[in-house]
Amino acid sequence: MATQQTRSLARIMMAPSVIMLFIWMIVPLVATLWLSFQRYNPANPARNGFVGFSNYLLAFNDPAFSQSIINTLILVVSVLLITVIGGIMLAMLLDQPVWGQGIVRILIISPFFVMPPVAALIWKNMIMSPDYGVFASIARSLGFTPIAWLTSYPLFSIIIIVAWQWLPFATLILLTALQSLDGEQKEAAEMDGAGFFSRFWYLVLPHLARAITVVVLIQTIFLLSIYAEIFVTTGGGPGYASVNLPFQIAKSVADVRYGLASAGGILAVIFANIVAVFLMRAVGKNLDR
Amino acid sequence: MARTVTNRQKAVTTVVVWIIALLIFFPILYTIITSFKSETEAIQGFNLIPSGTLESYAEVEAQRGYFRFFLNSVIISVGSTLLALVVAVPAAWSMAFSPTRRTKDVLMWMLSTKMMPAVAVLVPLYLIFARLGLLDNRVAITVMLTLINLPIVVWMLYTYFREIPGEILEASRMDGASLWNEIVYVLTPMAVPGIASTMLLNIILAWNEAFWTIQLTTTNAAPLTVFISSFSSPQGLFWAKLSAASTLAIAPILIMGWFSQRQLVRGLTFGAVK
Repeated sequence: MATQQTRSLARIMMAPSVIMLFIWMIVPLVATLWLSFQRYNPANPARNGFVGFSNYLLAFNDPAFSQSIINTLILVVSVLLITVIGGIMLAMLLDQPVWGQGIVRILIISPFFVMPPVAALIWKNMIMSPDYGVFASIARSLGFTPIAWLTSYPLFSIIIIVAWQWLPFATLILLTALQSLDGEQKEAAEMDGAGFFSRFWYLVLPHLARAITVVVLIQTIFLLSIYAEIFVTTGGGPGYASVNLPFQIAKSVADVRYGLASAGGILAVIFANIVAVFLMRAVGKNLDR
Repeated sequence: MARTVTNRQKAVTTVVVWIIALLIFFPILYTIITSFKSETEAIQGFNLIPSGTLESYAEVEAQRGYFRFFLNSVIISVGSTLLALVVAVPAAWSMAFSPTRRTKDVLMWMLSTKMMPAVAVLVPLYLIFARLGLLDNRVAITVMLTLINLPIVVWMLYTYFREIPGEILEASRMDGASLWNEIVYVLTPMAVPGIASTMLLNIILAWNEAFWTIQLTTTNAAPLTVFISSFSSPQGLFWAKLSAASTLAIAPILIMGWFSQRQLVRGLTFGAVK
């Protein structure tokens, strides 16, 4: 029973969070939108002014920018596929009785806690380096020529690094969901003679649906903003082979091309919103249950 | 009734699972091993047994001033977490205990601010930071990370608070508890575990945040993410030093993470998976 008094108290308690988030998000966003229609260079204020859609045209005609949008999409989708499929398999494996379960869990979850620059630099130097890396050592001992992963397959290498960081997260969440599956249901299905695949398809997968939705949602939020992994490994190169949208926008800011960067920012918002609409709907539904 | 599993089956799964787990953990393990090698040892190909020298650790501090960055990481991650809690606890509290028709909309709106890519607001925020002289400023970056993680903190706290049964509050009220007594003796003890795990997770997220910290700090306020990124341009032999710096940068968070696995699932899935 909420009285008028408690209701206004509740509003006062909520206000700081709402106001802070509003100021932090909406105000800069409007500023970005405004800047995206401006020529803005603090060093040359005489030429500043409204330029219509030319920043957007610049972004679309810039091969690096269009490549960055394609790469962002490839990066997000590939990592989602690897982590969700790999995560389901790994979670089902971990759901079996195993000696040393606790330690195994700790080993598998660890990459998630490694900060992005460390993860990327470990892979770049110790694992993928064509001269002294572990992959190169393995390749040499098998009689192959070592591959320069980050220069020959830059985007693929970054996908591997990012997938390594996020596979533990997917596994842990899917495992938690799997462990809440009723053992008796599994047994009943087994007794009825359901094979592994039909048990997986009709029992396990539907049970995991909600967890998979959540994994996809949360990972998408973070994967759309991948930055440090590219910044410390390929620097977007060779050329612009491995740029993504956040990297390209940050680079434009460093190059004092604020109008272009703002147009890119607005494109990123549109991009993220398309994804968000679908995902928020899914999560909203889950909340009601 | 548990399914019967023969020891042989269990042994086979154990071996398979351990091999996969060790492969996944290998890059971290190899970094820790390499940190105890000398620089020449580090590039002599695959070798799992280090000589055990500590010179890389000494050099990381002596040449690059590791400790200052570590201190900045602690200040920024703990500071931003405490600040976020101060703002978020009352908000989550009121949403959990006196929800209105709009509560769900507010929550979804907060989540949607998290969906907005950070780069979208990079230009104005960078310009404001530059204009006000806030680039490379500890307080400014702390406030920044507070705002970034605020939606997640509100959400996590909300899902914890919502599980505190409202009947207990009513019962204590019936027994004549004042609002103050209610908060101190009834609510706080029940809320502390939720607040603690929110804090732990948020420190981890803030410690590892590597977009704004790289954009907005350079030296004075720079945390470990920026320090490690400075190793991206190789200068002579640096693998052992990189490994030592990396080990130091991830060790505290790795240990905190191991303890917060369970809460991690709840927290980061907004209570949707438990």
